[in-house]
Amino acid sequence: MASAAIPDPHHAADAHSHPPTTTGLNHRKIAVWAFIGSECMLFVSLISTYLIYKGRSIAGPYPHEWWCRATNTIGKTAAELGTCAPAETFKPILNIPVTSASTFVLLMSSLAMVLALAAVENADKPKPTGTWENILRSSKTWLWVTAILGTTFLGFQAYEFTSFVHEGLTIRTNLFGSSFFTLTGFHGAHVTVGVLWLLALLGIDYKRGLKPADALNVDIAALYWHFVDVVWIAIFTLLYLIQ
Amino acid sequence: MATMAAPISATSAETSSPSGIWSWLTTVDHKRIGILYLVTAVFFFCWGGLEALVIRTQLIGPNMKIVNAEQYNQLFTMHGTTMVFLVIMPLSSAFFNFLIPLQIGARDVAFPRLNAFSYWVFLFGGIVITLPILFGLAPNGGWFGYAPITTMAYSSGYNIDYWVLGLQILGVASLAAAFNFITTIINMRAPGMHLMRMPIFTWMSFVVQFLVILAFPVITVALVFLMFDRFFGTNFYTIAAGADPLLWQHLFWIFGHPEVYILILPAFGLVSEVLPTFSKKPLFGYPVMVYSGMLIGFLGFGVWAHHMFSVGMGPVADSVFSLTTMLIAIPTGVKILNWVSTMWGGNIRFTTSMMFGIALVAMFTVGGISGIMHSSSPADLQQTDSYFVVAHFHYVLFGGAVFGIMAGVYYYFPKMTGRMMSETIGKWHFWVFFIAMNLTFFPMHFAGLYGMPRRIYTYDAGQGWETFNVMSTAGAYLQAVGMLLFLYNFITSWRSGPKAGNNPWGAPTLEWALPSPVPDYNFAHIPTITSRYPLWDQKAEELVKSESETTIDGRLKTAKELGIPMPFPTIRPLIAALLMCTMICSVLFIHAGNLPLALTIGIASFLGLTFTLVSWLTSALE
Repeated sequence: MASAAIPDPHHAADAHSHPPTTTGLNHRKIAVWAFIGSECMLFVSLISTYLIYKGRSIAGPYPHEWWCRATNTIGKTAAELGTCAPAETFKPILNIPVTSASTFVLLMSSLAMVLALAAVENADKPKPTGTWENILRSSKTWLWVTAILGTTFLGFQAYEFTSFVHEGLTIRTNLFGSSFFTLTGFHGAHVTVGVLWLLALLGIDYKRGLKPADALNVDIAALYWHFVDVVWIAIFTLLYLIQ
Repeated sequence: MATMAAPISATSAETSSPSGIWSWLTTVDHKRIGILYLVTAVFFFCWGGLEALVIRTQLIGPNMKIVNAEQYNQLFTMHGTTMVFLVIMPLSSAFFNFLIPLQIGARDVAFPRLNAFSYWVFLFGGIVITLPILFGLAPNGGWFGYAPITTMAYSSGYNIDYWVLGLQILGVASLAAAFNFITTIINMRAPGMHLMRMPIFTWMSFVVQFLVILAFPVITVALVFLMFDRFFGTNFYTIAAGADPLLWQHLFWIFGHPEVYILILPAFGLVSEVLPTFSKKPLFGYPVMVYSGMLIGFLGFGVWAHHMFSVGMGPVADSVFSLTTMLIAIPTGVKILNWVSTMWGGNIRFTTSMMFGIALVAMFTVGGISGIMHSSSPADLQQTDSYFVVAHFHYVLFGGAVFGIMAGVYYYFPKMTGRMMSETIGKWHFWVFFIAMNLTFFPMHFAGLYGMPRRIYTYDAGQGWETFNVMSTAGAYLQAVGMLLFLYNFITSWRSGPKAGNNPWGAPTLEWALPSPVPDYNFAHIPTITSRYPLWDQKAEELVKSESETTIDGRLKTAKELGIPMPFPTIRPLIAALLMCTMICSVLFIHAGNLPLALTIGIASFLGLTFTLVSWLTSALE
């Protein structure tokens, strides 16, 4: 068996390069999908715990109800509490209008992320003439917009957390406080990681410019960003909207 | 079959890869990482075994006073935790690392540095969880760590902290490795290595990685709750605040039952490699073996509450979980049937590896049958928390997982080290282990049925348990003898065993086409696969380049001479792993009441970790 006689179709792949991947996709793309699958189970566990504990707190404040501490009464409105001193009256904690605004901000950041990826993919195309067109076609613009919208969302969350604490709800107060702050805190931490990731991409963009060859790097960041967004939609619906 | 045994000479399989401790600390080679996992896990196996010996010595007779109740709690907690997380999982990881790239025709895993990171995180996590027993501070809440008993209110010592933090760290190691192996198997198969041509071990590993990525986040969350409860005063497990006492149990077992399959499926995979080779027959019903593995993995997520039949979930839940548990017996039974059918009419060679493989089939069946008994919730109510359960899971984990892994060690030792293990000592090892295992665990069935509860540190005479306990203890000591035989065989064979050729067993899968030990680049050229059993159906020369092309001056060519790009060795994964562990462990100082120190160590570790990661991500891979 003179193997030298066997033609070697893979010889080209041997020298100084890696063989092509089985699926044609980059390794990191597959890994990030696996990672997202795993993250789903993380948030499913956190959200389930919140829902299991919903209505089980033996003391207020509560997410959607008024609460009188002195008499430990719960009501749909303040009037239902009967006579209750103002210092003993706790209003519903969750503020749907404010959170609707922050949800909108986060959703818009996903749009900006899509435009950032498109800008990187088209970075080699001839530059348009107008200033505005140039700005709108720049990956820096959209990465900045995404990062700023993400940071705005985090600002909303910081405001939300502080005001809840002022209204008498901390992570130690009751089951609602523990499960609410842990769940939304985990989500906020994910947004923070996403913002840092975007800033790192911006750093590369300023240093040497993101080229279509970098699209995969941006694509992976975008996958993560959209995932974190989708998780928020689930949280907003299940925690805030459904009472 | 005559063509298969044309070995491409292992004349001078000494590769030019560097040695010395630094080369092991910086290695990113999947084979070396596999060997690190193997050696570390064997060490922990001895450690966990010694803990079991103390337990068995304490239980040899009524009212013994070798250890007190507190020490006993620490011992059984650490025995379980060690054997599950620091022995069987890393032993499986040793084979994932060593075998998966070789079996699918790849030069390494998808992310070699992440792979090194996984190992170091595992090692440091193992140290965090193991070391405290030397100071009498070991975790003492059982390997399942049921909250609320593990909350500050009932366990105010540091013991549980080490358990919580150690498991959190070990989870990171398993998850990082799982993402790596999923990507490797999906994306790095050689041309022609279709999914349905993959060796069964790789298939079972593939299923296991999905179990890991879906099950570990759940225990991560359960542990985060416990950590927050212990360190930050949250109420997840505070019953007085209205918490559900079953929350931990549900979260833990949603992880814990898939974990059982994480432990056993790799051993099933190894045995599915061993039995065909030594029966000289292709595996019976290969596709069904693949599907049954997937079905076991899938159903494994739907049976967790059979660990909780005694908590009063109600007849509907109990019935549903009884049914799903019985369903799992079907794919498992299919596997047993297929292994037996593989051997049926085969030309069987009784090597040590084969004997361990056959023993797995038999012993797992015994454990499986007692498992079916547990699946019936009324029967389980009688058996739960008794030694009957201890007997059951030692039959599936020792008779199943450990025997399967032993079959794998004897089978793959030549490929890992280039040398053969002694078959004579190997057979002594097998028979001592086999007899000792049955002597230890079979009497536990009776002790359990006579009412002996689990996790008691001593018992009074006259309850009919004495004989069974003496037998179990004798068996445990005999197991230690078997382990010593194994260690002697392992060490002396590694040093001076007879040289193994490329394919000492006449095995059919791709890894046996390579020299033993395997050169760092694995494949001089990526082979094209045309069948499920390449070495039985194709000529070895068609798979790997001929000797004249891969050797020079009587030695194997280096990657450089072949022009193969290799990842650089790097210390960064080790440093990143170490800093991640110090960061996580800094919360221990919160328990000590020293918040500034906790913050200092935590933030310093975090900054160091960030710096290391940036340096890692910006340095060239190869």
